[in-house]
Amino acid sequence: MMDWLDFIVLTLLGLGVLFTVIRFVLGPKLSDRVVALDTLNIIIIGLIVFLALVFESKLYLDIAIVYAVLAFLETVVFARYLEGKNNDNS
Amino acid sequence: MKYLITFITLLVVYLFLAGFVIEEVILGSFVSAVLTILLANRLNFKVDWHFPLKLIKFIFVYIPVFIWKLILANIDVARRVLSFKIPLNPGIVKVKTNLKGDLGKLTLANSITLTPGTLSIDVEDDCIYVHTIDVKKSSKDQNQKEISGPFEKILGGIFE
Amino acid sequence: MTIVSYIFLIIGAMFFLLGGLGVLRMPDTFNRIQAGTKATTLGAFSIVIGVIFGSVENHLDWIPKLIIIIVFIAISSPIGSSTIAKATYRSKNIPDNLVQDDFKKRGENQ
Repeated sequence: MMDWLDFIVLTLLGLGVLFTVIRFVLGPKLSDRVVALDTLNIIIIGLIVFLALVFESKLYLDIAIVYAVLAFLETVVFARYLEGKNNDNS
Repeated sequence: MKYLITFITLLVVYLFLAGFVIEEVILGSFVSAVLTILLANRLNFKVDWHFPLKLIKFIFVYIPVFIWKLILANIDVARRVLSFKIPLNPGIVKVKTNLKGDLGKLTLANSITLTPGTLSIDVEDDCIYVHTIDVKKSSKDQNQKEISGPFEKILGGIFE
Repeated sequence: MTIVSYIFLIIGAMFFLLGGLGVLRMPDTFNRIQAGTKATTLGAFSIVIGVIFGSVENHLDWIPKLIIIIVFIAISSPIGSSTIAKATYRSKNIPDNLVQDDFKKRGENQ
């Protein structure tokens, strides 16, 4: 019965992912791409948690926790890279 | 005392991740005991007897204000994003804070990031650099009062 | 209970959509960070709360993990965005529409 509501939620999430991916491809600077990647990661965490409810499987929650930790690490590492990259040139 | 607090924290995190079953309690307490013996020499924190009181104050005083501000911030973002031409007047402002501890400063910076129109960039000794969407030109004090005013009072009551 | 869960889920998904739109439409990097962080943080809270309401009937053992996810997102998302902002400033591509810049004068005091 609730199938069409699932469909609405997934459509909205998909549009959010689409916008961030467009910014990721367009992004004039490297920092814009990192921002788009950070936003995309949080949207994907929400998507995985929602999929746990749709498929009624507990494993997705473990995946979401691990993905959240990895996304935070990834953000910090990219920021470090961005910071160190121009210190050499200037 | 330090060992006991470390042990209890590790055990609670383990049980939250693994589920409250009796086998998990036994295995989790074994793992936490080993980790406590390995780690406790490298941790240095002071045992604070007011911590439960602070935690209760944190949950019941700070969290509702925080959620309310977060909802306001999102309505603000939605208004800016959906308007045809985005209204902007950005700038980076220096904000002084009176909080002393590291934890208080971290919480203040995080709250500033999630309130309407502001983003904390860096924390140095006692001032926070904040990027705001809408800079008030009139006076510096007004900026400061609007950005960090409400949280500074609440967090000062909790962490000091 | 299912109705409440879906209300929260749809609100959260709409905030994710707004966050994506903000990242796409804002004109410079700092404003993109602002829109992205705020909207997606509240969206993630709302979706996880929706899943809590949806799972309270037959999956009570999910709730501790969902609370861990909420706490972790609430801590890590602002820290990550402010790290990116600092790195953006340090990497010398500052947008030229700032009306006031106190961060530049920072080095002179030291």
